[in-house]
Amino acid sequence: MELTINGEVIKLPTNVLTVADLLTHFQLNEKIAMVEVNLSIIERSHFAETKLSNGDKVEIVHFVGGG
Amino acid sequence: MLKIGPYEFQSRLLLGTGKYPNFDVQKEAVAVSETEVLTFAVRRMNIFEPNQPNFLEKLDLEKYKLLPNTAGAKTAEEAVRIAKLAKASGLCDMIKVEVIGCPKTLLPDPVETLRASEMLLEEGFIVLPYTSDDVILARRLQDLGCHAIMPGASPIGSGQGIINPLNISLIIEQATVPVIVDAGVGSPTDAALAMELGADGVLLNTAVAGAEDPVKMAKAMKLAIEAGRLGYEAGRIPKKRYATASSPMEGMSTV
Repeated sequence: MELTINGEVIKLPTNVLTVADLLTHFQLNEKIAMVEVNLSIIERSHFAETKLSNGDKVEIVHFVGGG
Repeated sequence: MLKIGPYEFQSRLLLGTGKYPNFDVQKEAVAVSETEVLTFAVRRMNIFEPNQPNFLEKLDLEKYKLLPNTAGAKTAEEAVRIAKLAKASGLCDMIKVEVIGCPKTLLPDPVETLRASEMLLEEGFIVLPYTSDDVILARRLQDLGCHAIMPGASPIGSGQGIINPLNISLIIEQATVPVIVDAGVGSPTDAALAMELGADGVLLNTAVAGAEDPVKMAKAMKLAIEAGRLGYEAGRIPKKRYATASSPMEGMSTV
């Protein structure tokens, strides 16, 4: 499956099926990350059940220092 | 006591988390400042570096309320999207509405700020708009139901202090919600002046993060805000054109 993650096209192994799988794949599952798929924000509690499809546009964001 | 929406704070200093020299200095500055509210921005993660340090992970989140901002937004719709992403963290429901209208001055876009605030209030956020020092705009924002009004002292990061104390005091005079002077504070004098004018709090970042000694400046700002608040509550003397003696004129011993 190919996804566009944070603006970059990335090829993923077949075992990545959901948002939770995606975060685990990048070792981000323990991080405070917020996820949007095709402009819909996914609640943390829905990460495991939200399936990803080829061509989905995914944004993975977090909190950084700011004023 | 500073009350914003359902939240109560002992400290009247709200602190930004950007541009510190390193996390150790930042952590100490935050502790010394005794702030209870920290602002953050929302940005893309570098997914290929999962172990990159993040300041948020170094904080005891029981001790602080997070106030994410919508920095980067140029329209109300962009601000709402960033606010919703922030809220999806499950860590916060306050939002600093920041919709910038000009990259050079970083002054807020008044129309988009008003629109964004209205949309975010409808979504159930605790809404704190960063706004210009326009008195009527501040009134429109509080009439919408914003939970605090955050007029800028001067442009973000400029350190110019309060360039229009008249407007800031008029905003405070008409206020039905807390007024937090946000942006442009450069020195403890500026912070104390904001509080003496009757502001309910001060939000600053660069003044501390960019100081030669951020930890010492964090302490200075804490004390300045406390001193300014006490001075405001104590009620200052009116300014007079001529001197009035402090020592009595009667009973002088003359030769």
